[in-house]
Amino acid sequence: MAYSKKVMDHYENPRNVGSFSNSDINVGSGLVGAPACGDVMKLQIKVNSKGIIEDACFKTYGCGSAIASSSLATEWIKGKSIKEAESIKNTSIVEELDLPPVKIHCSILAEDAIKAAITDYKNKRNKG
Amino acid sequence: MKIPIYLDYAATTPVDFQVAKKMMNYLTIDGMFGNAASRSHKFGWEAEEIVDIARNQISDLIGADSREIIFTSGATESNNLAIKGIALFHKKKGNHIITSKTEHKSVLDTCRYLENEGFSITYLTPKNNGIIDLNDLKKHIKKSTILVSIMHVNNETGIIQDINSISEICKSRDIFFHVDATQSVGKIEINVKNSFVDLMSFSAHKLYGPKGIGGLYVRRKPRVRLLASLHGGGHERGMRAGTLPVHQIVGMGESFELAKKKIKDDFIHLNNLRNELWNGIKNIEEVYLNSDLKQGAPHILNVSFNYVEGESLIMSLKDLAISSGSACTSSSLEPSYVLRALGIKDELAHSSIRFSIGRYTTKEEIHHTIKLVHKSIYKLRELSPLWEMFKSGVDLNSIEWDHS
Repeated sequence: MAYSKKVMDHYENPRNVGSFSNSDINVGSGLVGAPACGDVMKLQIKVNSKGIIEDACFKTYGCGSAIASSSLATEWIKGKSIKEAESIKNTSIVEELDLPPVKIHCSILAEDAIKAAITDYKNKRNKG
Repeated sequence: MKIPIYLDYAATTPVDFQVAKKMMNYLTIDGMFGNAASRSHKFGWEAEEIVDIARNQISDLIGADSREIIFTSGATESNNLAIKGIALFHKKKGNHIITSKTEHKSVLDTCRYLENEGFSITYLTPKNNGIIDLNDLKKHIKKSTILVSIMHVNNETGIIQDINSISEICKSRDIFFHVDATQSVGKIEINVKNSFVDLMSFSAHKLYGPKGIGGLYVRRKPRVRLLASLHGGGHERGMRAGTLPVHQIVGMGESFELAKKKIKDDFIHLNNLRNELWNGIKNIEEVYLNSDLKQGAPHILNVSFNYVEGESLIMSLKDLAISSGSACTSSSLEPSYVLRALGIKDELAHSSIRFSIGRYTTKEEIHHTIKLVHKSIYKLRELSPLWEMFKSGVDLNSIEWDHS
C-alpha cells in the first residue's frame, strides 16, 4: 500500500515510544483495540498540577497507519490541556497523515486511545 | 546483491533468460509468428510444429501424453475449466463436489459459483498440520459426489497433500480427481499417470516461464469429458477455444524442459536455503513455523512472529520483497483464511510472513534476510504493547479486548 510521506516518517521514526509507570497518580493509560483485529494501542499521558499534559507516550501493535496515528496523537496532546486533548478528532489525524480509506479505523483507534487515557487519569484522580 | 531481495517466488518468478530469448523468435516478421491453426501455409505449419514440441516438453515433466495438455491463460482458468467443466458435464450423475478450506481462491470462488448454480460443496478442514484427513474425506463422499478437487502444494504454507492416497480413494469410487498443482509442478516430482490424476492445473509463470499461459491436464484413457467454458474454433480438442499464443507456449515449453533438467538440483538448492533461513530465525523468541520442513515444498517458508503485526513487519522489511499470509494490505483486514483453517489463532495469522525462494536466490541474500528479520522484529517488539505485556507476565487472554 502506498502510504504518505508523513505516515512513513512516523513509522520509521516513531515519536514518544515508551511507557510510564501506571502506579503514578499523574499518569493515565489507555489500551484500545484487540490482538485478533490486528491493532492494539497503548497511549499514556502524564498530567501536571495545572491540568496540562506535560508528557505522552505510546506503544502500538498494528499496521504502519496505526503506528503513525498513535505517534502523531502523542505529539499533538503534549502541552495541551485535558480539555483540548479530548476534543481531538480522528478526522484531523486522517487529514494530517493522508490515510487511505481502509485505514481510517487506525485514526479512530488513536482518538479512542487518547479518550481512554484521559478517562483513566480522571478515574484515578477521583479515587485518589 | 540487489535490493530489494526478491523472496516472493510463490507469487511469480522471473522468466529465465534462455526462455525469453527463445520466445522472441516467435513474435516478429523475422520470426515464426504464424497462427498454429492455419493449415494452408508454412507459417501455420511452423507454428503448429513448435506448439507440438512445447506440448511434449510440458507433458514430459508431468508424465502425461502430449495430447492430454490443454493450454489456458493460467492456473486460474485451468481450475475454472476443470471444476465447472466437470460439474456441468456430469451434473446428471450428481451435484456434489468435495474440496478443502485451504484451496486457492480460484478453486474456492469457482465452487461458490457452483453452489449458486445448485451444486452442493463440502469444504474439508485439514488437520492442524495442514494435511487432509483421508478418513474425513471418505466420510464425506456421497453417491452424488462427482468431483474431488485438492491442491498438491499449498501456496501459503507449502504443505504437500497426499495426492496418491486421495486419488486411490477417488478411483475406487469412480469420482473425478482434480489437482491444482500450480505450486508443485517442477518443484517436486508429480506424475499424473502414477498418481491416477484425472485433471491437473498448472501455470508457466511459477516456473520461470511467461505470465498469461498455463495448462490443464485432462486424462484421455479412460477419457475425461468436460464442458468447455470458451466456445469458438474448436481449438484444444474442443475444450478451450482461442488462437494459441505461440510465443507464450514456446516459453512455457522451454521453461518446463529446463525445470525437468534442473528439478533435482533446484530441490537441493531450495531446500538448503529454506532450512538455512529457518535456522537463522528460529531462535527468535515466540516464532512459529506454519510450514513443514520435512513434509513441505522446498520453496515456501511461512512463519508467524507473535506480538508483531504482519503489515508493519513487511513495511519494516522494505529491503525484502515478501508477502504476508494476512490480507491486511488489501481492502480486507481479515487474516489469512488458510492459516485460520489450520486452527492458527487470529493474532498469529495476522503476524505471518511467507518467504518464498527460487532458483536465483543466493546464500548471501538469505544471510542478509536473516539479519534484517532480527533487526525488524527487535524494533517492532520494542514498539509493541503486547510484547511488553507478554514480557511482564500478563496473560493476554485474561484481558477484555475492545472489539469495536
